[in-house]
Amino acid sequence: MLKVTFPHIGNSYIPFRTLLMELGVEPVIPPPITQRTISLGTQIAPEFACFPLKINLGNYIETMEKGAEMILMAGGVGPCRFGYYGEVQREILQDAGYEIDFLVLEAPKTHPRELWEKIKRIFPCHQPHDLIRALRKAWIKADLLDQFDRLANHVRARELKRGQVSQLQARFYHQLDQAVLLDEIQRVARQFMEELKDVPTRKDEQPLRVRLVGEIYMVLEPNVNFHIERVLGEMGVDVERTIYFTDWVKDTLLKSIYDPNWRAQMLAVARPYLKNFVGGHGLETVAHTVEAGVNRYDGVIQLAPFTCMPEIVAMQALPAVSQDLDIPYLTLIIDEHAAEAGIMTRLEAFIDLLSYQRNSRGGGKTREVVSGY
Amino acid sequence: MKLFLGIDVGSVSTNIVVIDSNGQLLDKLYIRSRGNPVGSVQQGLATVLKTLKGHEIAGVGTTGSGRQLIGTLVGADLIKNEITAHAVACLNLVPDVQTIIEIGGQDSKLILIRDGIVSDFAMNTVCAAGTGSFLDQQAARLNMDIGQLGDMAAQGEHPVRIAGRCAVFAESDMIHKQQMGHKIEDILAGLCRALVRNFLSNLGKGREIKAPVIFQGGVAANHGIRLAFEEALGFPLIIPEHYDVMGALGVALLARDKMLISEQPSAFKGMEIVDSAIETSSFDCDSCANQCEVIELRQEGVLIACLGDRCGKWSNRVHFSHGVRETVQVG
Repeated sequence: MLKVTFPHIGNSYIPFRTLLMELGVEPVIPPPITQRTISLGTQIAPEFACFPLKINLGNYIETMEKGAEMILMAGGVGPCRFGYYGEVQREILQDAGYEIDFLVLEAPKTHPRELWEKIKRIFPCHQPHDLIRALRKAWIKADLLDQFDRLANHVRARELKRGQVSQLQARFYHQLDQAVLLDEIQRVARQFMEELKDVPTRKDEQPLRVRLVGEIYMVLEPNVNFHIERVLGEMGVDVERTIYFTDWVKDTLLKSIYDPNWRAQMLAVARPYLKNFVGGHGLETVAHTVEAGVNRYDGVIQLAPFTCMPEIVAMQALPAVSQDLDIPYLTLIIDEHAAEAGIMTRLEAFIDLLSYQRNSRGGGKTREVVSGY
Repeated sequence: MKLFLGIDVGSVSTNIVVIDSNGQLLDKLYIRSRGNPVGSVQQGLATVLKTLKGHEIAGVGTTGSGRQLIGTLVGADLIKNEITAHAVACLNLVPDVQTIIEIGGQDSKLILIRDGIVSDFAMNTVCAAGTGSFLDQQAARLNMDIGQLGDMAAQGEHPVRIAGRCAVFAESDMIHKQQMGHKIEDILAGLCRALVRNFLSNLGKGREIKAPVIFQGGVAANHGIRLAFEEALGFPLIIPEHYDVMGALGVALLARDKMLISEQPSAFKGMEIVDSAIETSSFDCDSCANQCEVIELRQEGVLIACLGDRCGKWSNRVHFSHGVRETVQVG
């Protein structure tokens, strides 16, 4: 069987494993991103390339060590450099002396036939019903993961025993990853959702509500964003992540085909501060921050990789949003040089700031920030 | 009398202050850490506790980059990040302060305060140009005392232009200007201006710096930097009397507030810390791919704390083995 791999982004390896297995190839899952992954990637990547590109390369090298024969990578169009990652990475690997096949999947907007030819060539199970079954199963897993994560962030801020939700989440990921049959998948999800709802919580507090915005990779991948959702959650902060993998697929891949105007609402919300789609999630960052201000969230945290163009554009708009709508924000720029201690100090100080502001407004009770996480 | 301790373990210095329940500063200590935070805290506590015999230590707070380690070691009642600690100390001193400029050993911070609470802050990211360590290094290169460097800079009448964007380039630029024959006072004055420019453009980005401004941290002792800031901003800065220990003061005030409300006894371990042998060691945990660097803290050979693991595998272990002398080195 052909051994196929793909780069990490958050928990998407779980649906991708299912997808590849159903299509009749052997998935090779990259080992979790560690310091080693990062240093392998940065060694062959250009210094000023964005951070995700370097991590992808690290993933590829580590999977080639495990015997991967082909890399699946998404492509795209637009101002963000991501659209060209696949091609650039192919060249970089070639220059560095690695020999591996590369398949770049683009949204089937312009050349549907080409995409179909590629799929037919590579995957043994490519009959329409195979494809539908594989996509459906993978989609169900992705959707269940996102449902769980949404609720997990909410419960984590209120859990009585610190770490309980994160442990449950890790077990859920593992078991869902193992589940093959549809019945099994549904049963695992039901069981863990029940357990999550039963986690003992404190009722006497109104946790700070913070929105997480920014570049999709940094937001979705806990191993590079210093597990920010978990860290904040365990400080007692209700984190609302604004980007989910399934949402991204729905909007960027599907809606863009049948509804060319799908960004209209986002543009309207961000309008006073940013008038164009600037690529990546730049527009989303501004729009979600405006929404957070209007809906009286306590704060916004923006995550961006170093040299990320769309997020840099968004960053220029945020001071005005923050001032007009009285919403505090913190920007964290992450690359291979980011130090955990510095990030933690800024997060703690930001959460302190938010809880002092909440108290001075006479809002609900929050928890004392526990340092040291 | 009930006394409260604040300990700020920074990159360059370890500061300890003692306050009473009115917030009056009774004693302060500024020790160079010299890469040994545990030793300098032991040494500092020994000095402080000797003068405080007979008084009750009712609360202890730690801050600074070593806050976690030292907080665990001494039994702190409160562990707080340095940004909040600095803001609290300033607000206590000048209630209507609007802006705080803090430049320490390797950190520089800009904290904006509106209506008596922190509204925004920024910290230097990758570059340490303009912080105390860089000035220290330049003073050493010019073979002068760090205090002397500031005074000489203040005497510069025609500051030369120095590139302050990067510590290495700034240094080569200074050497170049020396070799061109510029007076050292003018070069140092130019350096101060460059560093201030760097600070304002990096941290001040889009932020409104309003008076009153408090300037603190070790570098506040440098007249050259202070003058350059006043020139750039157009108004005088307030330099508090205890500018060098404001972080420690802030965390002592926070510890006092917490302990006076909770009425619990302090967790402070007291003299026991000073007299015992403290060892730290570290290892890479290889249980999972995170490969956390775990730090073990031992007092008289007994494991008292594990820090740095994400999953809690090692830090939880301490609760079980507390007080029991271990025979096997784990890890």
